[in-house]
Amino acid sequence: MKATTRTVDDVEIISLQGKITIGSGDTQLREVISNAVNSGKNKILLDLSGVTTIDSSGIGELVGSYTTATNRGGKLKLLHLPAKLNELLHVTQLITVFEVYENEREAIASF
Amino acid sequence: MERGDTERIEITISSRFENIELVQVIAEHLCENAGVDEDGSHWIGMAVREAVANAIKHGNKLDVRKKVNATFELQGFELEITISDEGQGFDPEKVSDPLNPQNLMKTSGRGIFYMKTFMDQVSYSFEPGGGTSLIMTKNLAKGSGIASTKA
Repeated sequence: MKATTRTVDDVEIISLQGKITIGSGDTQLREVISNAVNSGKNKILLDLSGVTTIDSSGIGELVGSYTTATNRGGKLKLLHLPAKLNELLHVTQLITVFEVYENEREAIASF
Repeated sequence: MERGDTERIEITISSRFENIELVQVIAEHLCENAGVDEDGSHWIGMAVREAVANAIKHGNKLDVRKKVNATFELQGFELEITISDEGQGFDPEKVSDPLNPQNLMKTSGRGIFYMKTFMDQVSYSFEPGGGTSLIMTKNLAKGSGIASTKA
């Protein structure tokens, strides 16, 4: 997994690319979010358009990332959910937990 | 391969996460060759991925000397997948429901749920001397098996 970061209007936009699966990307995601939160970023927007594969471990890390940000007084929202990831969040009802956006400007304005 | 043929494929891997995709790809190709659409093949492949990951992590506890065996048997439209490990087994009754509000924010515990969502049936067989086999079945004539259609 590759993560690239940019900041727009105080919102840390983290674009993830590749796999978020057990042993490949799941722990990387945790580190990326921890680093952002530890450096004082409390508005995090995860752009998932480049995610090619995700499994239950990756889903678990998304949940963990949300909890990490929230526990530190921050917010974590999702942008550009791939269709299959959307399905996985729906069947586990996690779609009710995350705020999901298709438009980056709208997502930034929502913080 | 014509849809409805009989096919049997078996692969044995060591307990490394990087081997999961090998087994997943076999599942997806077998399904695509049998006429299942891309989405349907993907979800079956994902069920296999989750089963193999559990076998490596929870069954064989990441011991690379221990093997995971995967068998795919396609008879007509009936696909049976068996994933076996060398672990000590577990109590399926104690697997928590990830849809329970108390479990919603847990970072683990969704693998078996996904398998049950994407496949028709999931069962287990525990060998007296150790070793667990997870058996999943899917009727490929039933359609793609996309998650939202079953939820």
